[in-house]
Amino acid sequence: MSTTEILFWFLSALALVGATMVLISKNPVHSILWLIIVFFAISGHYVLLNAQFLAIVNLIVYAGAIMVLFLFVVMLMNLNSDSEPQKNKWFKIAGAISGGCLMLIMIDVIRDAGEIQHAKALVKEGNIGLIKNLGMVLFKEYVVPFEISSVLFLSAMVGAVVIGKKD
Amino acid sequence: MPITYYIVLSIVLFCIGVVGVLTRRNAIIIFMSIELMLNAANLLLVAFSKMHNNSAIGTANAATAGIDGQLFVFFIMVVAAAEVCVGLSIIVMMYRNTHSVDVNFLNRLKN
Repeated sequence: MSTTEILFWFLSALALVGATMVLISKNPVHSILWLIIVFFAISGHYVLLNAQFLAIVNLIVYAGAIMVLFLFVVMLMNLNSDSEPQKNKWFKIAGAISGGCLMLIMIDVIRDAGEIQHAKALVKEGNIGLIKNLGMVLFKEYVVPFEISSVLFLSAMVGAVVIGKKD
Repeated sequence: MPITYYIVLSIVLFCIGVVGVLTRRNAIIIFMSIELMLNAANLLLVAFSKMHNNSAIGTANAATAGIDGQLFVFFIMVVAAAEVCVGLSIIVMMYRNTHSVDVNFLNRLKN
């Protein structure tokens, strides 16, 4: 087993355990901390795929900005495991079964797909994920969507202020 | 690394997110499950981009093949950040009105 494979399995296990713990944790703060671990594992996957720009952006935007926002909101509302609303046991079982059925169906579909059986993702080499190459494409071919996304941010900011304002 | 490994990993992460949406009643946890599903899709997009880059080795456009997938992930992150910003302010507003983050309280919208 090469180092790459060991890292792949380790990061996959970390992501899956973290994602499961997000659902199992009773305390919302613990859920958020587990979700940060999931994001770190996914960033590790990006590094493994040599998508370094996305790895850093994932850490800064998701693990940095978005999860801090979640943490702020949870702490602002003073949520803890006592105030956690619980669903009926049967609803939980039904949800888990339907999610599991979806997973089994999708895995079975890709198990029989012929085209991708021998396709391989290029791991730890290739340079399309480097900032230089991504930037060249982003500011040449995708410059209009990039500018539109800045307008989206502006409108989201205005929307958040208008909705969150005390009236 | 075979692409099927990445597909299976993403499917499992996505389905954990689906189960989270179905089984939890806390609006913030449901929102976090949605983030989890978005991230599973992102991981798969990056893996597919590297798969296309791999299959284009030796051809004329090997330098940029598959780069669109990674840019798409970048734009998904942009939209997700804007979505979280608005969604959390909606949850804060809901908490201010009902003093709870239970999504069942939203049933009252229909009255």
